[in-house]
Amino acid sequence: MNTGNRPLSPHLQVYRWQWTMLLSIVHRATGIALAAGALLLVCWLLAVANGPDSFAAVHGFLGTWIGRFLLFGWTWSLTYHLFNGMRHLFWDAGIGLELPVAQASGYTVLIASIVVTLAIWVAGYMAAGVLG
Amino acid sequence: MSTRTPIARVRGLGSAKGGTHHWWMQRLTAIALVPLTAWFVTSLICFAGADHAAVSAWLGSPLTAVLMLLLIVATFHHMQLGLQVVVEDYVHQEAVKIGCIIGIKLASYALAVAACFAVLKVAF
Repeated sequence: MNTGNRPLSPHLQVYRWQWTMLLSIVHRATGIALAAGALLLVCWLLAVANGPDSFAAVHGFLGTWIGRFLLFGWTWSLTYHLFNGMRHLFWDAGIGLELPVAQASGYTVLIASIVVTLAIWVAGYMAAGVLG
Repeated sequence: MSTRTPIARVRGLGSAKGGTHHWWMQRLTAIALVPLTAWFVTSLICFAGADHAAVSAWLGSPLTAVLMLLLIVATFHHMQLGLQVVVEDYVHQEAVKIGCIIGIKLASYALAVAACFAVLKVAF
């Protein structure tokens, strides 16, 4: 099919800005962030296999402020991408495509990702005995 | 200009000879990753602050090792499919695009093999 030079989607600047656009692009952004997080998973698994010294080195890095910051970012990226991915799977099944439902599920996913991320960190600190 | 109708061109497997395989595998790995991710995050919470001996005993147990291998395969398959689409959407110079996709695919396979090797080394 000859498409010539006519404008092709995505042609975002012609659309009125909406929250659901941000939620959509954040899904992609968190996916890219999680690819970087996957490198950490590989490093961590190799460190466990390599022995206590390597394990301590990786955990030493994760214990720093920058390590904690990255881990927190990856935790939120994971919960957001997971919940929004489930939203996409429902859409694939033809469920929740109506505009009000799609908007409501978007807000639900955003709030749930923040709440679950905080819950994971509180639970983790409690398991580590930091919060008693 | 082809005299074939658009419907004739998209019938069967289409011009890429792949049909909906990419889309389907993205969804299949996504479905697998829902329970696997929930299990992995829950496990990490339980092992927060644990020492090397406790973590390697957990990682080396048969159930954990199998679930971790499944998580690795699903994660890296899902990852390279997703990154491929990002490159296809934003990189428009053909040579750079193909180069990026080759790099993404090969790096994903290498990382997945390294992660699987680490799990198996701990398990055996």
